[in-house]
Amino acid sequence: MCLGVPGKVIEVDRELQIATVDFWGVKKQVRLEVCDAPVDPGDFILNHVGFAIRRIPPEEAAETLALYDELLRLADDQDLMTADVRAEIDAAPDAPRSAKGVRDGSE
Amino acid sequence: MDPSDAVAQLKFRDPVRARGLREALDRLVAKADHAPVSIMHVCGSHEQAIAKFGLRAAFPENLQVIMGPGCPVCVTDVPEVDEAVALAKQGVRIASYGDMLRVPGTSQSLADAKAEGAKVDVVYSVTQAVELARESDEELVFFASGFETTAVATAAVLVDGPPDNFSVLSAHKYIPPVMEIVAEMPETKIEGFLAAGHAATITGSAVFEKFVERHGLPVVIAGFEPLDVMAGLVKLLEVINSGKPRVENAFPRCVTREGNVHAQRLLWKVFRPTGGRWRGIAHVPNGNLRLRDEFARYDTRKRFAIDASALWSYAPHKLVQQCQCGDIMAGIASPSDCALFGKECTPDAPVGACMVSAEGTCKIWHQYGGRPDLRSMKRGAA
Repeated sequence: MCLGVPGKVIEVDRELQIATVDFWGVKKQVRLEVCDAPVDPGDFILNHVGFAIRRIPPEEAAETLALYDELLRLADDQDLMTADVRAEIDAAPDAPRSAKGVRDGSE
Repeated sequence: MDPSDAVAQLKFRDPVRARGLREALDRLVAKADHAPVSIMHVCGSHEQAIAKFGLRAAFPENLQVIMGPGCPVCVTDVPEVDEAVALAKQGVRIASYGDMLRVPGTSQSLADAKAEGAKVDVVYSVTQAVELARESDEELVFFASGFETTAVATAAVLVDGPPDNFSVLSAHKYIPPVMEIVAEMPETKIEGFLAAGHAATITGSAVFEKFVERHGLPVVIAGFEPLDVMAGLVKLLEVINSGKPRVENAFPRCVTREGNVHAQRLLWKVFRPTGGRWRGIAHVPNGNLRLRDEFARYDTRKRFAIDASALWSYAPHKLVQQCQCGDIMAGIASPSDCALFGKECTPDAPVGACMVSAEGTCKIWHQYGGRPDLRSMKRGAA
Protein backbone atom coordinates (compact mmCIF):
# COMPACT_ATOMS: atom_id res chain seq x y z
CA MET A 1 0.00 0.00 0.00
CA CYS A 2 2.84 2.29 0.81
CA LEU A 3 4.90 1.37 -2.21
CA GLY A 4 2.95 3.09 -4.98
CA VAL A 5 3.91 2.40 -8.58
CA PRO A 6 5.71 4.61 -11.10
CA GLY A 7 4.46 4.99 -14.68
CA LYS A 8 5.23 7.08 -17.75
CA VAL A 9 2.86 9.89 -18.69
CA ILE A 10 1.60 9.62 -22.27
CA GLU A 11 -1.14 12.20 -22.36
CA VAL A 12 -2.44 14.90 -20.05
CA ASP A 13 -5.97 16.28 -19.90
CA ARG A 14 -5.45 19.52 -18.00
CA GLU A 15 -9.14 20.33 -17.80
CA LEU A 16 -10.12 17.03 -16.18
CA GLN A 17 -6.78 16.78 -14.32
CA ILE A 18 -6.27 13.24 -15.61
CA ALA A 19 -3.17 11.70 -17.16
CA THR A 20 -2.97 8.65 -19.36
CA VAL A 21 -0.08 6.70 -17.87
CA ASP A 22 1.76 3.63 -19.14
CA PHE A 23 2.57 1.00 -16.50
CA TRP A 24 4.63 -1.72 -18.15
CA GLY A 25 2.45 -1.63 -21.27
CA VAL A 26 -0.86 -1.21 -19.41
CA LYS A 27 -2.44 2.20 -20.02
CA LYS A 28 -4.36 3.70 -17.14
CA GLN A 29 -6.00 6.98 -16.19
CA VAL A 30 -4.43 8.58 -13.15
CA ARG A 31 -5.88 11.58 -11.32
CA LEU A 32 -3.57 14.57 -10.99
CA GLU A 33 -5.22 16.83 -8.44
CA VAL A 34 -2.98 15.68 -5.56
CA CYS A 35 0.28 16.18 -7.49
CA ASP A 36 2.06 19.43 -6.69
CA ALA A 37 4.05 19.82 -9.90
CA PRO A 38 2.76 20.24 -13.47
CA VAL A 39 2.96 16.91 -15.26
CA ASP A 40 3.82 16.62 -18.95
CA PRO A 41 3.99 13.72 -21.41
CA GLY A 42 7.36 12.00 -20.94
CA ASP A 43 7.41 12.59 -17.17
CA PHE A 44 6.99 9.75 -14.73
CA ILE A 45 4.54 9.88 -11.84
CA LEU A 46 4.18 7.80 -8.69
CA ASN A 47 0.64 6.41 -8.57
CA HIS A 48 -0.95 5.53 -5.25
CA VAL A 49 -4.59 4.32 -5.19
CA GLY A 50 -5.27 5.98 -8.55
CA PHE A 51 -3.70 9.36 -7.77
CA ALA A 52 -0.32 10.74 -8.81
CA ILE A 53 1.27 11.69 -5.49
CA ARG A 54 4.51 12.87 -7.04
CA ARG A 55 6.05 13.81 -10.37
CA ILE A 56 9.30 11.98 -11.07
CA PRO A 57 11.55 13.86 -13.50
CA PRO A 58 12.63 11.58 -16.41
CA GLU A 59 16.30 11.73 -15.37
CA GLU A 60 15.44 10.21 -11.96
CA ALA A 61 13.09 7.55 -13.25
CA ALA A 62 15.57 4.77 -13.95
CA GLU A 63 16.62 4.48 -10.32
CA THR A 64 12.99 4.38 -9.17
CA LEU A 65 11.95 1.83 -11.80
CA ALA A 66 14.61 -0.78 -10.99
CA LEU A 67 12.80 -2.30 -8.00
CA TYR A 68 9.49 -2.50 -9.86
CA ASP A 69 11.11 -3.99 -12.95
CA GLU A 70 12.37 -6.83 -10.85
CA LEU A 71 9.11 -7.38 -8.95
CA LEU A 72 7.08 -7.54 -12.16
CA ARG A 73 9.69 -9.59 -14.01
CA LEU A 74 9.42 -12.29 -11.36
CA ALA A 75 5.63 -12.23 -11.94
CA ASP A 76 4.98 -14.14 -8.75
CA ASP A 77 1.44 -13.19 -7.73
CA GLN A 78 1.87 -14.82 -4.34
CA ASP A 79 4.60 -12.32 -3.55
CA LEU A 80 3.29 -9.55 -1.28
CA MET A 81 5.28 -6.77 -2.94
CA THR A 82 4.37 -7.86 -6.47
CA ALA A 83 0.71 -8.15 -5.49
CA ASP A 84 0.91 -4.67 -3.98
CA VAL A 85 2.33 -3.21 -7.19
CA ARG A 86 -0.33 -4.96 -9.29
CA ALA A 87 -3.08 -3.65 -7.00
CA GLU A 88 -1.70 -0.13 -7.39
CA ILE A 89 -1.88 -0.50 -11.18
CA ASP A 90 -5.42 -1.93 -10.92
CA ALA A 91 -6.44 1.03 -8.76
CA ALA A 92 -6.46 3.31 -11.80
CA PRO A 93 -9.16 2.84 -14.46
CA ASP A 94 -8.19 1.67 -17.95
CA ALA A 95 -7.44 4.47 -20.38
CA PRO A 96 -9.54 4.78 -23.54
CA ARG A 97 -7.56 4.68 -26.78
CA SER A 98 -6.72 8.21 -27.89
CA ALA A 99 -4.05 10.47 -29.36
CA LYS A 100 -0.91 11.41 -27.48
CA GLY A 101 -0.23 14.86 -26.16
CA VAL A 102 -1.64 17.55 -23.96
CA ARG A 103 -5.26 18.64 -24.01
CA ASP A 104 -5.89 21.87 -22.20
CA GLY A 105 -8.52 23.51 -24.34
CA SER A 106 -6.04 26.10 -25.63
CA GLU A 107 -5.02 24.02 -28.65
CA MET B 1 14.57 -17.31 0.53
CA ASP B 2 17.94 -18.62 1.57
CA PRO B 3 19.45 -15.77 3.55
CA SER B 4 22.86 -16.49 2.11
CA ASP B 5 21.38 -15.16 -1.14
CA ALA B 6 21.10 -11.75 0.45
CA VAL B 7 24.46 -10.55 -0.69
CA ALA B 8 23.87 -11.96 -4.15
CA GLN B 9 20.58 -10.06 -4.26
CA LEU B 10 22.36 -6.89 -3.33
CA LYS B 11 25.13 -7.58 -5.82
CA PHE B 12 22.50 -7.79 -8.52
CA ARG B 13 21.96 -4.08 -8.09
CA ASP B 14 25.26 -2.44 -7.32
CA PRO B 15 27.89 -4.69 -5.74
CA VAL B 16 30.33 -1.95 -4.88
CA ARG B 17 27.73 0.21 -3.20
CA ALA B 18 26.18 -2.78 -1.42
CA ARG B 19 29.55 -3.82 0.01
CA GLY B 20 30.31 -0.24 1.01
CA LEU B 21 27.01 0.09 2.87
CA ARG B 22 27.48 -3.24 4.61
CA GLU B 23 30.93 -2.29 5.79
CA ALA B 24 29.64 1.10 6.94
CA LEU B 25 26.92 -0.60 9.00
CA ASP B 26 29.48 -2.92 10.60
CA ARG B 27 31.78 -0.02 11.40
CA LEU B 28 29.01 2.21 12.79
CA VAL B 29 27.46 -0.47 14.99
CA ALA B 30 30.90 -1.33 16.41
CA LYS B 31 31.53 2.36 17.02
CA ALA B 32 28.21 2.72 18.89
CA ASP B 33 29.99 0.75 21.61
CA HIS B 34 26.88 -0.82 23.07
CA ALA B 35 24.82 -3.74 21.96
CA PRO B 36 22.38 -4.12 20.45
CA VAL B 37 21.49 -0.92 18.61
CA SER B 38 17.70 -0.93 18.08
CA ILE B 39 16.05 0.90 15.22
CA MET B 40 12.37 1.02 14.37
CA HIS B 41 10.75 1.49 11.00
CA VAL B 42 7.04 2.19 10.64
CA CYS B 43 6.14 0.92 7.19
CA GLY B 44 4.87 -2.41 5.87
CA SER B 45 6.65 -1.82 2.57
CA HIS B 46 9.96 -1.38 4.40
CA GLU B 47 9.39 -4.68 6.21
CA GLN B 48 8.49 -6.36 2.91
CA ALA B 49 11.72 -5.11 1.33
CA ILE B 50 13.83 -6.08 4.37
CA ALA B 51 12.29 -9.57 4.59
CA LYS B 52 11.97 -10.28 0.88
CA PHE B 53 15.56 -9.35 0.08
CA GLY B 54 16.89 -11.00 3.23
CA LEU B 55 18.49 -7.77 4.39
CA ARG B 56 18.67 -8.84 8.02
CA ALA B 57 21.26 -11.35 6.90
CA ALA B 58 23.41 -8.45 5.77
CA PHE B 59 22.98 -6.45 8.97
CA PRO B 60 25.63 -6.61 11.69
CA GLU B 61 24.79 -8.97 14.53
CA ASN B 62 24.21 -6.14 16.99
CA LEU B 63 21.81 -4.17 14.82
CA GLN B 64 18.11 -4.79 15.50
CA VAL B 65 15.73 -3.42 12.89
CA ILE B 66 12.21 -3.71 14.24
CA MET B 67 8.90 -3.05 12.52
CA GLY B 68 6.60 -0.79 14.53
CA PRO B 69 2.96 0.21 13.94
CA GLY B 70 3.41 0.53 10.17
CA CYS B 71 0.35 -1.38 9.05
CA PRO B 72 -2.76 0.82 8.88
CA VAL B 73 -5.11 -2.12 8.47
CA CYS B 74 -3.61 -3.87 11.52
CA VAL B 75 -4.07 -0.86 13.82
CA THR B 76 -7.70 -0.34 12.80
CA ASP B 77 -9.35 -0.85 16.16
CA VAL B 78 -12.07 -3.36 16.96
CA PRO B 79 -14.81 -0.70 17.47
CA GLU B 80 -14.03 0.75 14.03
CA VAL B 81 -14.45 -2.67 12.43
CA ASP B 82 -17.63 -3.15 14.48
CA GLU B 83 -19.06 0.08 13.04
CA ALA B 84 -18.56 -1.22 9.49
CA VAL B 85 -19.87 -4.70 10.33
CA ALA B 86 -22.94 -3.27 12.09
CA LEU B 87 -23.76 -1.09 9.09
CA ALA B 88 -23.26 -4.02 6.70
CA LYS B 89 -25.60 -6.16 8.80
CA GLN B 90 -28.18 -3.35 8.71
CA GLY B 91 -28.14 -3.76 4.93
CA VAL B 92 -25.92 -0.80 4.04
CA ARG B 93 -23.53 -1.43 1.18
CA ILE B 94 -19.86 -1.17 2.20
CA ALA B 95 -16.79 -0.80 -0.02
CA SER B 96 -13.25 -1.10 1.32
CA TYR B 97 -9.68 -2.01 0.49
CA GLY B 98 -9.29 -5.79 0.33
CA ASP B 99 -7.25 -6.35 3.49
CA MET B 100 -9.93 -4.64 5.60
CA LEU B 101 -12.45 -7.42 5.00
CA ARG B 102 -10.76 -10.00 7.19
CA VAL B 103 -9.72 -7.76 10.07
CA PRO B 104 -11.54 -9.15 13.10
CA GLY B 105 -14.08 -7.07 14.99
CA THR B 106 -15.54 -8.03 18.35
CA SER B 107 -17.36 -11.02 16.96
CA GLN B 108 -17.24 -10.69 13.17
CA SER B 109 -15.23 -9.31 10.29
CA LEU B 110 -16.67 -7.71 7.18
CA ALA B 111 -15.89 -10.96 5.37
CA ASP B 112 -18.04 -12.84 7.91
CA ALA B 113 -20.87 -10.37 7.34
CA LYS B 114 -20.48 -10.78 3.60
CA ALA B 115 -20.65 -14.57 3.93
CA GLU B 116 -23.98 -14.07 5.70
CA GLY B 117 -25.27 -12.03 2.78
CA ALA B 118 -24.20 -8.45 3.56
CA LYS B 119 -23.25 -6.26 0.60
CA VAL B 120 -19.48 -5.77 0.87
CA ASP B 121 -17.32 -4.82 -2.11
CA VAL B 122 -13.53 -4.79 -2.46
CA VAL B 123 -12.11 -1.76 -4.25
CA TYR B 124 -8.55 -0.77 -5.12
CA SER B 125 -9.27 2.93 -4.89
CA VAL B 126 -11.70 5.41 -3.38
CA THR B 127 -12.55 6.47 -6.94
CA GLN B 128 -13.89 2.97 -7.61
CA ALA B 129 -16.04 3.28 -4.50
CA VAL B 130 -17.48 6.55 -5.85
CA GLU B 131 -18.24 4.81 -9.16
CA LEU B 132 -20.13 2.10 -7.27
CA ALA B 133 -22.15 4.85 -5.57
CA ARG B 134 -22.95 6.42 -8.96
CA GLU B 135 -24.36 3.13 -10.26
CA SER B 136 -27.47 3.40 -8.07
CA ASP B 137 -29.29 5.55 -5.51
CA GLU B 138 -28.39 3.07 -2.78
CA GLU B 139 -26.26 4.36 0.11
CA LEU B 140 -22.58 3.42 -0.33
CA VAL B 141 -20.20 3.60 2.61
CA PHE B 142 -16.47 3.66 1.90
CA PHE B 143 -14.70 2.14 4.91
CA ALA B 144 -11.46 4.09 4.51
CA SER B 145 -8.15 2.78 5.82
CA GLY B 146 -4.58 3.89 5.34
CA PHE B 147 -2.09 6.43 6.57
CA GLU B 148 -1.83 10.03 5.40
CA THR B 149 -0.67 9.04 1.91
CA THR B 150 -3.91 7.18 1.30
CA ALA B 151 -6.08 9.67 3.21
CA VAL B 152 -5.06 12.34 0.68
CA ALA B 153 -6.85 10.36 -2.04
CA THR B 154 -10.00 10.15 0.09
CA ALA B 155 -9.74 13.91 0.70
CA ALA B 156 -9.39 14.65 -3.02
CA VAL B 157 -12.53 12.66 -3.79
CA LEU B 158 -14.57 14.48 -1.13
CA VAL B 159 -13.39 17.90 -2.31
CA ASP B 160 -14.38 16.85 -5.82
CA GLY B 161 -18.03 16.51 -4.72
CA PRO B 162 -19.03 12.83 -4.79
CA PRO B 163 -22.68 11.76 -5.22
CA ASP B 164 -25.08 12.31 -2.29
CA ASN B 165 -25.40 8.61 -1.53
CA PHE B 166 -21.63 8.30 -0.91
CA SER B 167 -20.13 8.59 2.55
CA VAL B 168 -16.84 7.82 4.27
CA LEU B 169 -16.38 5.79 7.44
CA SER B 170 -12.87 6.98 8.20
CA ALA B 171 -10.38 4.65 9.85
CA HIS B 172 -7.51 6.71 8.40
CA LYS B 173 -4.51 7.03 10.70
CA TYR B 174 -1.73 9.59 11.02
CA ILE B 175 1.74 8.19 11.65
CA PRO B 176 3.75 10.97 13.37
CA PRO B 177 1.76 10.89 16.67
CA VAL B 178 2.13 7.12 17.16
CA MET B 179 5.90 7.46 16.94
CA GLU B 180 5.67 9.60 20.08
CA ILE B 181 3.69 6.88 21.86
CA VAL B 182 6.16 4.15 20.93
CA ALA B 183 9.11 6.37 21.86
CA GLU B 184 7.63 6.84 25.34
CA MET B 185 6.84 3.18 26.03
CA PRO B 186 8.89 2.09 29.05
CA GLU B 187 9.80 -1.21 27.36
CA THR B 188 11.13 0.45 24.25
CA LYS B 189 14.84 0.54 23.53
CA ILE B 190 14.48 2.28 20.19
CA GLU B 191 17.34 4.66 19.43
CA GLY B 192 16.10 6.01 16.12
CA PHE B 193 13.36 5.79 13.54
CA LEU B 194 13.50 5.00 9.85
CA ALA B 195 10.56 6.87 8.30
CA ALA B 196 8.71 5.75 5.17
CA GLY B 197 9.75 7.48 1.99
CA HIS B 198 6.44 7.71 0.21
CA ALA B 199 4.47 8.95 3.22
CA ALA B 200 7.15 11.62 3.63
CA THR B 201 6.67 12.50 -0.05
CA ILE B 202 3.37 13.96 1.16
CA THR B 203 4.26 15.20 4.66
CA GLY B 204 7.84 16.31 3.97
CA SER B 205 10.71 15.63 6.34
CA ALA B 206 9.87 18.73 8.43
CA VAL B 207 6.90 16.93 10.02
CA PHE B 208 9.39 14.94 12.15
CA GLU B 209 11.38 17.93 13.45
CA LYS B 210 9.19 18.52 16.51
CA PHE B 211 9.31 14.81 17.34
CA VAL B 212 13.10 14.87 17.35
CA GLU B 213 13.10 17.97 19.55
CA ARG B 214 10.70 16.40 22.07
CA HIS B 215 12.14 12.91 22.25
CA GLY B 216 15.80 13.30 21.36
CA LEU B 217 15.53 10.42 18.90
CA PRO B 218 16.73 10.86 15.32
CA VAL B 219 14.55 10.20 12.27
CA VAL B 220 15.90 9.30 8.85
CA ILE B 221 13.65 9.03 5.79
CA ALA B 222 14.46 6.09 3.54
CA GLY B 223 13.26 4.62 0.25
CA PHE B 224 12.23 1.04 -0.51
CA GLU B 225 15.01 -0.31 -2.71
CA PRO B 226 17.18 -2.69 -0.68
CA LEU B 227 20.07 -0.30 -1.12
CA ASP B 228 17.87 2.66 -0.16
CA VAL B 229 17.00 0.89 3.10
CA MET B 230 20.66 0.18 3.83
CA ALA B 231 21.66 3.74 2.99
CA GLY B 232 18.95 4.99 5.35
CA LEU B 233 20.24 2.76 8.15
CA VAL B 234 23.81 3.95 7.61
CA LYS B 235 22.66 7.56 7.86
CA LEU B 236 20.59 6.79 10.96
CA LEU B 237 23.53 5.11 12.71
CA GLU B 238 25.73 8.07 11.84
CA VAL B 239 23.24 10.43 13.47
CA ILE B 240 22.83 8.17 16.53
CA ASN B 241 26.61 8.01 16.97
CA SER B 242 26.94 11.77 16.55
CA GLY B 243 24.89 12.28 19.71
CA LYS B 244 23.04 15.11 17.96
CA PRO B 245 19.57 13.83 17.13
CA ARG B 246 18.09 15.40 13.99
CA VAL B 247 15.99 14.65 10.93
CA GLU B 248 17.90 13.49 7.86
CA ASN B 249 16.52 12.75 4.43
CA ALA B 250 18.19 9.72 2.84
CA PHE B 251 15.62 9.63 0.04
CA PRO B 252 16.05 13.06 -1.58
CA ARG B 253 15.00 11.86 -5.02
CA CYS B 254 11.45 11.56 -3.64
CA VAL B 255 11.22 13.64 -0.47
CA THR B 256 11.72 17.33 0.28
CA ARG B 257 11.65 19.18 3.59
CA GLU B 258 8.27 20.78 2.82
CA GLY B 259 6.72 17.74 1.14
CA ASN B 260 3.71 17.99 -1.15
CA VAL B 261 2.19 21.17 0.28
CA HIS B 262 -0.76 21.02 -2.07
CA ALA B 263 -1.61 17.48 -0.87
CA GLN B 264 -1.21 18.54 2.78
CA ARG B 265 -3.73 21.36 2.20
CA LEU B 266 -6.19 18.87 0.74
CA LEU B 267 -5.63 16.47 3.62
CA TRP B 268 -6.21 19.06 6.37
CA LYS B 269 -9.06 20.71 4.53
CA VAL B 270 -11.06 17.49 4.79
CA PHE B 271 -9.65 15.76 7.88
CA ARG B 272 -8.94 16.78 11.44
CA PRO B 273 -6.67 14.77 13.73
CA THR B 274 -8.34 13.33 16.80
CA GLY B 275 -7.32 10.94 19.54
CA GLY B 276 -8.28 7.30 19.36
CA ARG B 277 -7.15 3.81 20.13
CA TRP B 278 -4.86 1.98 17.78
CA ARG B 279 -5.51 -1.75 17.99
CA GLY B 280 -3.29 -3.45 20.50
CA ILE B 281 -1.12 -0.38 21.04
CA ALA B 282 -2.62 2.54 22.96
CA HIS B 283 -4.77 5.61 22.78
CA VAL B 284 -2.91 7.80 20.31
CA PRO B 285 -3.59 11.54 20.66
CA ASN B 286 -4.14 13.00 17.18
CA GLY B 287 -3.55 9.57 15.63
CA ASN B 288 -6.94 9.22 13.94
CA LEU B 289 -8.14 11.23 10.96
CA ARG B 290 -11.83 12.13 11.05
CA LEU B 291 -13.89 14.26 8.67
CA ARG B 292 -14.22 17.95 9.48
CA ASP B 293 -17.68 19.41 10.08
CA GLU B 294 -17.61 21.07 6.65
CA PHE B 295 -17.74 17.55 5.19
CA ALA B 296 -20.31 16.20 7.66
CA ARG B 297 -22.72 15.35 4.84
CA TYR B 298 -20.23 12.74 3.65
CA ASP B 299 -19.45 11.47 7.15
CA THR B 300 -20.93 8.01 7.69
CA ARG B 301 -20.85 8.55 11.46
CA LYS B 302 -23.06 11.64 11.08
CA ARG B 303 -25.34 10.16 8.47
CA PHE B 304 -26.18 6.89 10.21
CA ALA B 305 -27.01 5.97 13.77
CA ILE B 306 -24.59 3.07 14.11
CA ASP B 307 -25.47 0.57 16.82
CA ALA B 308 -22.83 -2.12 17.14
CA SER B 309 -23.99 -3.38 20.54
CA ALA B 310 -25.47 -6.57 19.03
CA LEU B 311 -21.90 -7.60 18.17
CA TRP B 312 -20.66 -7.34 21.74
CA SER B 313 -22.42 -10.28 23.40
CA TYR B 314 -19.51 -12.49 22.66
CA ALA B 315 -16.56 -13.83 24.61
CA PRO B 316 -13.39 -13.64 22.54
CA HIS B 317 -12.05 -16.98 21.46
CA LYS B 318 -9.17 -18.23 23.57
CA LEU B 319 -6.77 -17.98 20.63
CA VAL B 320 -7.48 -14.27 20.28
CA GLN B 321 -6.45 -13.72 23.87
CA GLN B 322 -3.05 -15.26 23.09
CA CYS B 323 -2.51 -13.04 20.03
CA GLN B 324 0.55 -10.81 20.43
CA CYS B 325 -0.22 -8.41 17.59
CA GLY B 326 -0.23 -5.42 19.93
CA ASP B 327 3.23 -6.08 21.34
CA ILE B 328 4.52 -6.91 17.86
CA MET B 329 3.22 -3.62 16.46
CA ALA B 330 4.70 -1.74 19.40
CA GLY B 331 8.02 -3.38 18.55
CA ILE B 332 8.45 -5.09 21.91
CA ALA B 333 7.80 -8.62 20.60
CA SER B 334 8.46 -10.30 17.27
CA PRO B 335 6.26 -12.85 15.48
CA SER B 336 8.56 -15.66 16.56
CA ASP B 337 7.75 -14.80 20.19
CA CYS B 338 4.09 -15.72 19.54
CA ALA B 339 3.06 -19.31 20.23
CA LEU B 340 0.35 -19.09 17.57
CA PHE B 341 2.59 -17.84 14.74
CA GLY B 342 2.62 -20.27 11.81
CA LYS B 343 0.69 -22.84 13.84
CA GLU B 344 -2.85 -21.82 14.82
CA CYS B 345 -2.34 -18.46 13.10
CA THR B 346 -1.59 -18.52 9.35
CA PRO B 347 -2.55 -16.32 6.37
CA ASP B 348 -5.34 -18.81 5.56
CA ALA B 349 -6.66 -18.78 9.14
CA PRO B 350 -5.44 -15.56 10.73
CA VAL B 351 -6.07 -15.00 14.44
CA GLY B 352 -4.80 -11.42 14.59
CA ALA B 353 -4.76 -8.46 12.25
CA CYS B 354 -0.98 -8.70 11.73
CA MET B 355 -1.52 -11.99 9.88
CA VAL B 356 -4.39 -10.55 7.79
CA SER B 357 -2.81 -7.60 6.04
CA ALA B 358 -0.06 -7.77 3.42
CA GLU B 359 1.59 -5.04 5.49
CA GLY B 360 1.32 -6.91 8.78
CA THR B 361 4.57 -8.08 10.34
CA CYS B 362 3.29 -11.63 10.86
CA LYS B 363 2.06 -12.09 7.29
CA ILE B 364 5.30 -10.68 5.88
CA TRP B 365 7.43 -12.95 8.06
CA HIS B 366 5.21 -15.91 7.23
CA GLN B 367 5.69 -15.39 3.50
CA TYR B 368 9.36 -14.57 3.39
CA GLY B 369 10.57 -17.05 6.00
CA GLY B 370 9.36 -17.69 9.55
CA ARG B 371 12.10 -15.50 10.87
CA PRO B 372 13.96 -13.74 8.10
CA ASP B 373 17.12 -13.43 10.08
CA LEU B 374 20.31 -15.27 9.16
CA ARG B 375 21.47 -15.75 12.74
CA SER B 376 18.25 -17.28 14.03
CA MET B 377 17.88 -19.39 10.90
CA LYS B 378 21.35 -20.75 11.55
CA ARG B 379 20.29 -21.57 15.07
CA GLY B 380 17.13 -23.16 13.75
CA ALA B 381 19.12 -25.30 11.34
CA ALA B 382 21.54 -26.45 14.00
